[in-house]
Amino acid sequence: MTTDSTITIGLLLPDVLGTYSDSGNATVLAQRLRWRGIPAEVLRCTAGQAPPTGCDIYLLGGGEDTAQLFAASWLRSHRALCQALENSGVTLAVCAGLQILGRTMADSDGREHPGAGLLDITTSPRRRRATGNIVTDCHLPGVGQLCGFENHRGATTLGPDVRPLGQVVSGVGNGERPFGRAAGEGVLSGRIIGTYLHGPVLARNPALADHILVRATGTELPPLELPDQAALRDSYL
Amino acid sequence: MSAADERPGLSWWTAGAVRAGRAVACLSRRAGRGSGSIIGGRVTLALDPSALRRLSAGRRVVLVSGTNGKTTTSHMLAAALGSRSAVAHNASGSNMADGAVAALAERPDACSAVLEVDELHLASVARRCDPAAIVLLNLTRDQLDRAAEVRKTAAAIGAALAQLPGTTVFANADDPMTVWAAGQAEGPVVWVGAGSEWRADSLTCPRCGRLLVEVAARWRCGCGLSRPEPSWWLDGDVVCSAESMTPLSLGLPGGVNRANALMAIAAAHHELVPVAQASEAVGALNQVAGRYAAVSRGRHTVRLLLAKNPAGWAATLAMLDTARPLVVAVNAREADGRDTSWLWDVDFAALGSRPVAASGEHAADVGVRLSYAGLNHHTDPDPLAALDQLPPGEVDVVANYTAFFALQQRLGIGR
Repeated sequence: MTTDSTITIGLLLPDVLGTYSDSGNATVLAQRLRWRGIPAEVLRCTAGQAPPTGCDIYLLGGGEDTAQLFAASWLRSHRALCQALENSGVTLAVCAGLQILGRTMADSDGREHPGAGLLDITTSPRRRRATGNIVTDCHLPGVGQLCGFENHRGATTLGPDVRPLGQVVSGVGNGERPFGRAAGEGVLSGRIIGTYLHGPVLARNPALADHILVRATGTELPPLELPDQAALRDSYL
Repeated sequence: MSAADERPGLSWWTAGAVRAGRAVACLSRRAGRGSGSIIGGRVTLALDPSALRRLSAGRRVVLVSGTNGKTTTSHMLAAALGSRSAVAHNASGSNMADGAVAALAERPDACSAVLEVDELHLASVARRCDPAAIVLLNLTRDQLDRAAEVRKTAAAIGAALAQLPGTTVFANADDPMTVWAAGQAEGPVVWVGAGSEWRADSLTCPRCGRLLVEVAARWRCGCGLSRPEPSWWLDGDVVCSAESMTPLSLGLPGGVNRANALMAIAAAHHELVPVAQASEAVGALNQVAGRYAAVSRGRHTVRLLLAKNPAGWAATLAMLDTARPLVVAVNAREADGRDTSWLWDVDFAALGSRPVAASGEHAADVGVRLSYAGLNHHTDPDPLAALDQLPPGEVDVVANYTAFFALQQRLGIGR
């Protein structure tokens, strides 16, 4: 096992929710810790294994429709993991990963399926798939603008207990446009951050990566300069 | 262009549409805008929407489709069939209906045709061509902004195959998504053990969504979908079937090209080309539409390779020579897919300590990816400028779709 100072990153179901390359978020978090001299370990938790419940960070990615239903039932069958997501770890859930943490999600035929119930959200199918680059203003302090690529058919409605991760500048996001207000994107609730942004989102938005790392480590982290990072953000923002 | 080089039995209207398409293609070529096959085919189809059906009539048409290896496999199959008689072939890789029309129109004399078809267009092309055979190589993730889900692509292909009772399908037994699609075929299916270096896109069952169980390279699901017993397989460098064992000596590199060759030889056998003759013709290829060809440029000898998704990259990584410097060029235009996320499912760390350059219109995406893979690199959006900064000698350039074709033109590699 790891020493106490090692930050463990639980990559949940990379075999089922790996369609949109969101596993890259684990690589980004681990490298940003190691570059700062903090040991990090990525635990790949595939469907056949009992998931670890003591990780500092949990990651969920996007997947195809049938895979998503499997992932939702897998999550519901592992209650101790759900408690860890709710009470001890910091969680980033992307796209299908976001939807399965909610109360319910409806498939393209309108059938409703239960989610893990950790987020006060429901998702129903949009008429048209939302596909393209997206930019949002993130509500997390100091994170600034987020850019990513969305590719989903979900319209996600937020309940009163949660708020969006950001406001859509360009793109679709949650797909709900409350009267007179800009559309929201993603969800913030306690220890869980949800978003529709692929990219992977943490590679394109290092400030969001560091926000998660600061919460997981409980310490401030020195800034990190990476070649090409500024050019990458310039190309999308 | 005289009526004599037209296909017998074409209506005067189709023949006219073909002539108009050829004329436009010729103008486009003279203007230096590529082979002209896409615009020519498009003109023919606009004038006669039934042109693909009419030009296919009376010929043995074999379609080659799948996510990766279409161009190479279609060249192999065209070489095998061409060892016997004339073949119409969309050799330039124009792989939609317009490219198919142009290839058929160009060779009215050919009794057989090999058409590479984009997997998203296979259903519509197959319905119109009534093919003798379809070679289905693999179905993995590519351009998800266009295709949405691999499973949806496989479902559309399966539905089309169910409508083609006269078509024999040659399908890769080792790729679950391909097996699920081909299993819906109404006509006979010949399973080919072509292997799969990339399974990450079908770890769950394409039919029911449950996790697949894999024991000793044989996968199965509780719902009954499982790896079929192949009729064609490889034993090292030997092509095997129940009837024959034939040595294969390939001029093209990599295990993935042995698998492509196996598919091509099996299909050629169906078209009555003897296995040994097909194997020899396939083995003689040493480049495919500019891919794998080495050209010298200044201090460098450049080998140009195409890889455009994680599965293609996994196959490409296996054929890169150790320590040879590398340029990775990535664009994200419509034909490439607008989303560059897939770069994160490529195992760039496996490149080791060779000199590497990040390049293409999305050089910054590549550069950030390489940094997180722990690779030192330099970055220049212009692939040739990136190349110039590498040490002299042999260099590999791996580019995705539009980056590849742009480079091919600049390097003067023939298509």
